[in-house]
Amino acid sequence: MSTTTVKPIKPWAASPKDRAMTGLSFFLSLAVTALIVETTPMKGKLAYFFLFFLSWFIIDSLFVIGKSGTKGVRDALAAKVTLLGATIVSLAVFSILWATVSRGIKGLNFNFLTENMRNASLFDPIGKGGILHAILGTLMLIAIAVFFSVPMGILTALYLTEIKGKAAPLIQFLVQAMSGVPSVVAGLFIYAAIILNTPLRSSAFLGGLALTILMVPTVTRTAQEVLNLVPRDLREAGLAMGATQWKTVALVVVPAARSGLITATILGIARIAGETAPLLFTVGVFDSYNFNPFKGDQGTIPTVVWRGLIGGTPESVQRAWTSIMVLLTVVLIMFITARAFGTKAMKKK
Amino acid sequence: MSIDAPAKAIPQPRKITTKPRVSDQIFRAIVTAFSFSALVILSLIAIFLLMKGFNTLKQQGIGFITNFEWSVVVDDGGVETAHFGLQAMLIGTVVISFIALFIAVPLSVLTALFLTFYAPERVKRILVTVVDLMAAFPSILYGLWGFFVLMPMAEYWAKLIHKWLGWIYIFDLPDPIYTRSPFIAGIVLSVMIIPIITSVSREVFAQTPLDRVQAAYALGATKWGMIRAVVLPFGAGGVVGGSMLGLGRAFGETVAVFSVLNIVFRTNFQILFTQGGNVASMIIQKWGEAGPSEVSALMAAGLVLFILTLFVNFLANSVVTRTVKSGR
Repeated sequence: MSTTTVKPIKPWAASPKDRAMTGLSFFLSLAVTALIVETTPMKGKLAYFFLFFLSWFIIDSLFVIGKSGTKGVRDALAAKVTLLGATIVSLAVFSILWATVSRGIKGLNFNFLTENMRNASLFDPIGKGGILHAILGTLMLIAIAVFFSVPMGILTALYLTEIKGKAAPLIQFLVQAMSGVPSVVAGLFIYAAIILNTPLRSSAFLGGLALTILMVPTVTRTAQEVLNLVPRDLREAGLAMGATQWKTVALVVVPAARSGLITATILGIARIAGETAPLLFTVGVFDSYNFNPFKGDQGTIPTVVWRGLIGGTPESVQRAWTSIMVLLTVVLIMFITARAFGTKAMKKK
Repeated sequence: MSIDAPAKAIPQPRKITTKPRVSDQIFRAIVTAFSFSALVILSLIAIFLLMKGFNTLKQQGIGFITNFEWSVVVDDGGVETAHFGLQAMLIGTVVISFIALFIAVPLSVLTALFLTFYAPERVKRILVTVVDLMAAFPSILYGLWGFFVLMPMAEYWAKLIHKWLGWIYIFDLPDPIYTRSPFIAGIVLSVMIIPIITSVSREVFAQTPLDRVQAAYALGATKWGMIRAVVLPFGAGGVVGGSMLGLGRAFGETVAVFSVLNIVFRTNFQILFTQGGNVASMIIQKWGEAGPSEVSALMAAGLVLFILTLFVNFLANSVVTRTVKSGR
C-alpha cells in the first residue's frame, strides 16, 4: 500500500490571476484618473485623490462582479472604503509632521537652543536669541507636575486595583470625568483659587499645579491598566507567605509593574508638555531665566509658540515653528520610550 | 533511648482574626485618602469657579446663557453697565463641535474597521502608533498647522462647497470671506478628536464575541457581511460613546480653535463665513483686557463649560462601559 502525502492547499489565497487583476485594476484606475484630470476642469491634488479612489471603486467592482457577484462587490468596496478612511487620517498626521519639520528646521541654529530672549525680541531676525529659558521653564513645570501627579495617580490606581473599596466605582467614574476637564478650566481654577485669594502670583509652581489636574487622570488610567496586568498569583503568593498587604504591594506588585508605571508617567508628561491655555493664566510669559519656581513669571515653550503665532510676522512665526519642532521632538522621544517600556512590560508576562 | 529533654510548653494557638494589622491599616488609609483627590479637585473647581463667578450669575440670571451681547460700558460717572451673555458662544461651540463630529466619526469608524479587520499586521502596528501619537500632539501644534497649512487648502474646499451647495442656507454666506470660519475650526477639531474616537471604536470592535464572528463566517458571510451583521450592531454603542468623548474634548478645546476662528458675538449658522464662537477660546480672548467684573463673568463662563463637559463625559462613559460589558 502506497502512502500519499496530502499537500495542503489554500483555496482562499489569491491566485496569480487574481493578483494580476488587482494590479491591473489599480493601474487602470491611475490611468483613468490622469486622463480625467488632464481633460476636464477638475484639477489639483484633491481631484487626483478622490477621482483615483472613485475610479478604483468602479473598475475593481467591474472586475469582481464577474467572479463573485454583487455580494463580492460590496465586500471589495468595503475593504477599499475603510482603506480610504485610514489613508485620509494618515495623510493628516503626515501633513502635520511634515509641516513641523520642514518649516521648523529653517529656524534651527545653535543659538536657538543655547540662549534666551533677554536681548532679542520675537521680531528680530532668526539667529538672534533662543529658547533655552523656555526649555528650562517647561522642564521645571513638568517636574512640578510629576512631583504631585505621579503619587496621586499611582495611589489612586492602587486603590482601584488593590484595595477595591466601596468607593471604587465612584472613584473610577470621577477619574474618567476628570480626564475631560478642559485645560482652560484648569487654568481658570488655579487663578480663581490661588491668585485671587492668596498673595501668591503667577509662577511655575502654580502652572505645575494646573498641569497636575490634567496629568492625574492619564497617569491613573494607564497605571490602573498595568497594575491589572500583574498576575493574581503573585499577590496571592505574597499573602500566602504571610506578608501584609502593604508588603505585598510594595515588594511584589509595584516592582512587577515598574516599567508599566514608568510608561504611565511618560504618557502623562506627553499629555501636558504642550498645554498652553492653563499657562496663560498661571505662569505668564518671561524672556529670560527664572530659577525660582515660586516667584515670578516663567518662559515656557508653548507660550513662546503662542506669542510667535499671535505676533504674525515671518520671524515670529518662524520662531513658533522651530519651538514647536523642539517640543514635538521631546514629546516624540518620550512617546517612543514609553512604547518601548510598555512592550517590555507586556512581553514579560 | 530516653526522652529527657525538658518538656516544652505547648504554644498557645495564635488568635485568628480578620482585622488587618496596623501597617496595613495605615497603608489602606493613605491610599484611600489619596484616591479621593479626584473628588476633592473636581469639587474645588466647581466651588471656586462658582464663588468667583457668582456675582455675574446673580446679576445676569438666566440671561447669562440666553443673551448674546458681551460688553462692559463705563459711563462718565464711572458707573459700569455690563452685559454678559454666552448664547452666541454656546451655539458656536456646538456648531463647530458638530462639524468636527460630522467629519471625524465616519473617518474614525472606517479607520477602526480597517485596523481591526483589514490591515496586515505590520501596517496595523504602524498605524496604531500613528493614531496614538496623534493624541499626544500638543493642541497649539494643531492651531499652528490649522492656520498655516490647513487654512489655504480648506479655503479652497470651502469655495468648492459654496459653489455647488451654496443654495443650502448653511453653505451660503453674506460676503465672500472664507478664512477663519467655523468650517475650518471644525476640520481642525475633527483631526484632534479622530484619535479618541478611533481608539475607543477599535477597542469595542476588537471585543466583538468571537463565536458570533465565526458563526457569521460559517453561514457563508463575506467579511463585509460579517461586519454589518455582527460587528456594527455590537459596536454601535461604543462608537456613540467614543464620539461623545470626542465631543467633550471638542467642547473644551481652546488654543487650536482660537488660532483658526474669528470670534464674533453673533449667532451664526453659515458655517463657511468667517464668524464663529467658542466658549473656551472666548475666555482666552477676553482675558487680557478683562476688568474685575469681566473676570467674574469669565469665571462663570468657565463654570458653564466645566459643567457641560462633565455632563457629556458622564454620558459618554456610561454608554461605553455598558457596551463593553455586554460583550462579556
